[in-house]
Amino acid sequence: MSGIFYDVLADPFLQMWQMPDFFIQVLWEGFVSGILYALIALGFVLIFKASGIFNFAQGIMVVFSGLTLVGLHALGVPAFVALIITLGVMYVLAYLVERLVLRNLVNQPDIILFMATIGLTNILIGGGQWIFGGETKSMITAELMIPTGSSVWEPGGGIVIFQHIDIAAALIAAMLIVGLALFFSKTKVGRALRAVADDHQASLSVGISLNQIWVITWFAAGIVALVAGIMWGARSDVSFSLQIIALKALPVLVLGGFTSVPGAIVGGLIIGIGEKLFEIYWGPLFGSGVEGWFAYVIALVFLLFRPQGLFGEKIIERV
Amino acid sequence: MLKKLITGALTAAVAITASINAAQAEDELFIPMLSYRTGPFAGGGIPFANGFHDYLEMLNARDGGIGGAKVVLEECETAYNAQKGVECYEATKGKGALVYNPLSTGITLQLIPKAPVDEIPVLSMGYGLSAAGVGETFPWTFTYPTSYWSQMSSILKYIDQNGGLKGKKIGFIYLDAGYGREPIPLLEQLAPEMGFELAMFPVAGKEMQAQSAQWLNVRKERPDWMIMWGWGAMNATAIKEAAKIRFPMDRFIGNWWSSAHADLVPVGETGKGYIGANFSGIGTDFPAIQDIIKYVVEAGNSQADPSTVGNVLYNRGVYNAVIVAEAISAAQKMTGKKSISGADMRMGLENFVLDQARLGELGLAGFTGDLKGDCVDHEGGGSVFFQQWNGSDFVKISDPIAPMADVVKPLLEEAAAAYKADKPEWQGQTCG
Amino acid sequence: MFYREAGQFKTSYKQYMQAFPIREDRIGIAIWLAIALFYVPFFGLPGLEYTFAMNAIMIPVVIFTITAIGLNILVGFTGQISLGTGAFMGVGAYACYKLTTYFPDVNIIIIILASGFVSAAVGAMFGLPSLRIKGFYLVVATLAAQFFLEWCFIRVEWLYNYNPSGAIEVPQREVFGLIVTGAAAEPATRYLMVLGFLILLTIIAGNLVRGRVGRGWMMIRDMDIAAELIGVRPLRTKLSAFAVSSYYCGVSGALMVFVWLGAAEVESFDVNHSFLYLFMVIFGGLGSITGSYMGAAFIWTFPILMKEMGKRLFDIDPIIMENVSLVAIGALIVFILIKEPHGLARLWQLVKQKLRIWPFAH
Repeated sequence: MSGIFYDVLADPFLQMWQMPDFFIQVLWEGFVSGILYALIALGFVLIFKASGIFNFAQGIMVVFSGLTLVGLHALGVPAFVALIITLGVMYVLAYLVERLVLRNLVNQPDIILFMATIGLTNILIGGGQWIFGGETKSMITAELMIPTGSSVWEPGGGIVIFQHIDIAAALIAAMLIVGLALFFSKTKVGRALRAVADDHQASLSVGISLNQIWVITWFAAGIVALVAGIMWGARSDVSFSLQIIALKALPVLVLGGFTSVPGAIVGGLIIGIGEKLFEIYWGPLFGSGVEGWFAYVIALVFLLFRPQGLFGEKIIERV
Repeated sequence: MLKKLITGALTAAVAITASINAAQAEDELFIPMLSYRTGPFAGGGIPFANGFHDYLEMLNARDGGIGGAKVVLEECETAYNAQKGVECYEATKGKGALVYNPLSTGITLQLIPKAPVDEIPVLSMGYGLSAAGVGETFPWTFTYPTSYWSQMSSILKYIDQNGGLKGKKIGFIYLDAGYGREPIPLLEQLAPEMGFELAMFPVAGKEMQAQSAQWLNVRKERPDWMIMWGWGAMNATAIKEAAKIRFPMDRFIGNWWSSAHADLVPVGETGKGYIGANFSGIGTDFPAIQDIIKYVVEAGNSQADPSTVGNVLYNRGVYNAVIVAEAISAAQKMTGKKSISGADMRMGLENFVLDQARLGELGLAGFTGDLKGDCVDHEGGGSVFFQQWNGSDFVKISDPIAPMADVVKPLLEEAAAAYKADKPEWQGQTCG
Repeated sequence: MFYREAGQFKTSYKQYMQAFPIREDRIGIAIWLAIALFYVPFFGLPGLEYTFAMNAIMIPVVIFTITAIGLNILVGFTGQISLGTGAFMGVGAYACYKLTTYFPDVNIIIIILASGFVSAAVGAMFGLPSLRIKGFYLVVATLAAQFFLEWCFIRVEWLYNYNPSGAIEVPQREVFGLIVTGAAAEPATRYLMVLGFLILLTIIAGNLVRGRVGRGWMMIRDMDIAAELIGVRPLRTKLSAFAVSSYYCGVSGALMVFVWLGAAEVESFDVNHSFLYLFMVIFGGLGSITGSYMGAAFIWTFPILMKEMGKRLFDIDPIIMENVSLVAIGALIVFILIKEPHGLARLWQLVKQKLRIWPFAH
């Protein structure tokens, strides 16, 4: 009973069947990391929708906002005040980006704007290390009243452990998405945002200020980054190496489509759950550690067959 | 605009020349510090660099240097990046560098072939290439006080003493890079000999803060013990994930780069019971450390946060500096010169004696085990003790456990021979 | 006044087609070449210690110029953005290591040139998605290449001959009796060797981009549909750009490890290095070979210069300067994109323009 077909097609499923509690745990872990990928991807989508900019700096914004929060708290600022100041910092960042970068690059090709955000990434890495130092910092989980315990579910003699922090992450992400959806559909600014996303020139002609909209979207992306920073920081710690993990949002976007908020969520979950399942059940065939590239390769396959993603609004430019 | 740029560049070039000429003064001991306070592993690099720097600065402030010659430190930031490592090496070697301590396996691997050519020894203290402990093959490289392979054998011995090793399953979680893979040949060799089963859990460098898959695999494999070869942000994440799957902490052993305050403080109570290997003393209850506080930290010449003085990695930096300082004074005695060369330094590294009596004189009684420089044995015959995290600090829980020299030595020699095989220029060289 | 093309007449098509039609340009190139070939190897750079100038500045700059030219062929000339440069360099380096350990007696120069072909093949393979997608989508595809290859460099132990250190350790190799790789090689020998590669590859690239192949690349970049309509085949053109670009990256990766670093593990080929090379191309100027020279030199030397200046002139801690130069490079990238999207190469053209009419205003 061996051979490559057995190893690939039968054995993994047999393992899932034999240890159902473990299988559920794998799904849950995949779900939680999927939520976090989705949060980072959401930041990309917001900016891409409003300005057509592929914001490469979203990953470092996650780290930067987390560091600001922790750094402020280390100075003795109470946790929730620090949270509010961090929001202020993200607003200032959004304003500066609009004022100093975007405004000067209007009408440039997308690729130039993309490269500008890579430059912005460098600025934030250097600035962040300069101000906060390069050490790993622990997130102020307890001070922000994020629960840290865990619950156990024992289905039929097995054991599945749910961390409260992961449940909180899922709930907060859900709230954030509902909030954003309401913001987009019910408020005046939200409608203006969607108008800009549809057609820059038409929205300019009806009196929507592009500059203002850009500040708002970057600020919204900053808020999403802060939430992602807090949640990821609470699960592991806040350090600059998170920035590379944040790149995982890119395959998520390819799957979900660059302009779709639900796409970011579903894409995140597919990547999160898919890569955990693949790593646990098929990874040993490759000598494991396949998580680093699995998502990208899935995205690559996807690009070849459905380049606009699952929820993409329009067919992307194809050759 | 252009004119300004050109003038600026010229000024800089002139300034660099001036400074290089200025560094050649008399009776100075020039020690380059290839440290990293930025980049992904800064969390470990910062306290180590502080300890190294502060001990040598303390010698300058208290004794006026070593043997009457002042120690001149030049810190060069490598960001744990091999290319910057070369840059730092080239920037400092011409100024009379005595010894390199790069605190990076990648940079060490690059420096090993350069050392015999430039005649500057490399002291990779408990990192780098394990085989470099064979002095006859690697006359210019030192791995005092012991190598990764020896350390792994000590860890296995500890497990054997605490519940036996035969028939157990040992999980090995490691940073998937040269550093983390280093002890695998030894583990693979020892597993059948000592009768334990082995399960490997690699963690990719860029994924080191997302380890839930590895720990799910741990849960699936159910090892009796876990051993970790991690660095930087990987360590705290691993401990948190271990707690999440309710792996017993007192069955989880980190190597000496995975059990520092920088790793455990963010974890706090969760990591209670976690065991780590170590070879340098913990805390500030040593006269020498007190002197550092008095002469350097309180004088405002240290970059260290005063609360981190005495931490595991800080003290390890101190220990590294102690070995350097002892080797320098041994070399000074042997040559009768105040300022020495890289070749003299190598002699010093092969001939110093750091026994308990000498440690006592230095104000570091009980800080570490005996260490003796030797021509053939560049590992120094040091041993490893174990420490446990009690929720807020490390406590020493074992006496020094000597490595299994009988198993490790032949392996080291085999690896050294393999390293030398395709290097014609290395065939003739030997230690001494 | 100094740079005057008036009076230089072309009397044949051959003259008209030469690489440097203006006499002053030819003189300028000759002077640069003379400095690079006859001054630098013996005296280094003025004001810097010789081995530092060679090993920490000149050799890496020359190697990275090859990388930048390669990446520029892809990004600047063909308009296909890539973040997989680091990994493609790695392919060249590992291929070179495997080849030279299998055939220790073959001349290392031939081995390095051959290892570029391995990289070219891998590059073309990962270039396949570019036939269907472009822009940001291609970024994801090249990132897939980057991360997958990084994983291979660690996991496929065969690639580094099962060394327990997991790294390539460069053996000593000689060319015409001179040691060129390994620690015993003289800086001048190494420098001249990489410079030889650079000159050869520059001549090839220069002629490629001004010839039929290069025009095809630029047509695809400027408007792919129009290009297709007038008979440029996208498949062949794009894949050739990926292959040529990866060839350059592969050769420079092999040179980087063999001639410069001496040993390398996967860290030397990671995604952060890919960003660095992209910066060189952006900064130097997209679609310019001269720009690749300037970009590589600037991006590599700028942090070193900043660090030294900070330390010597203002006594600033080198760690702070490290971060300051990160910020400064980021800010300069943004600045140059705003002010001059064609980079240093365009600035150089403006200078030439000014020189041409100097001392008059118009």
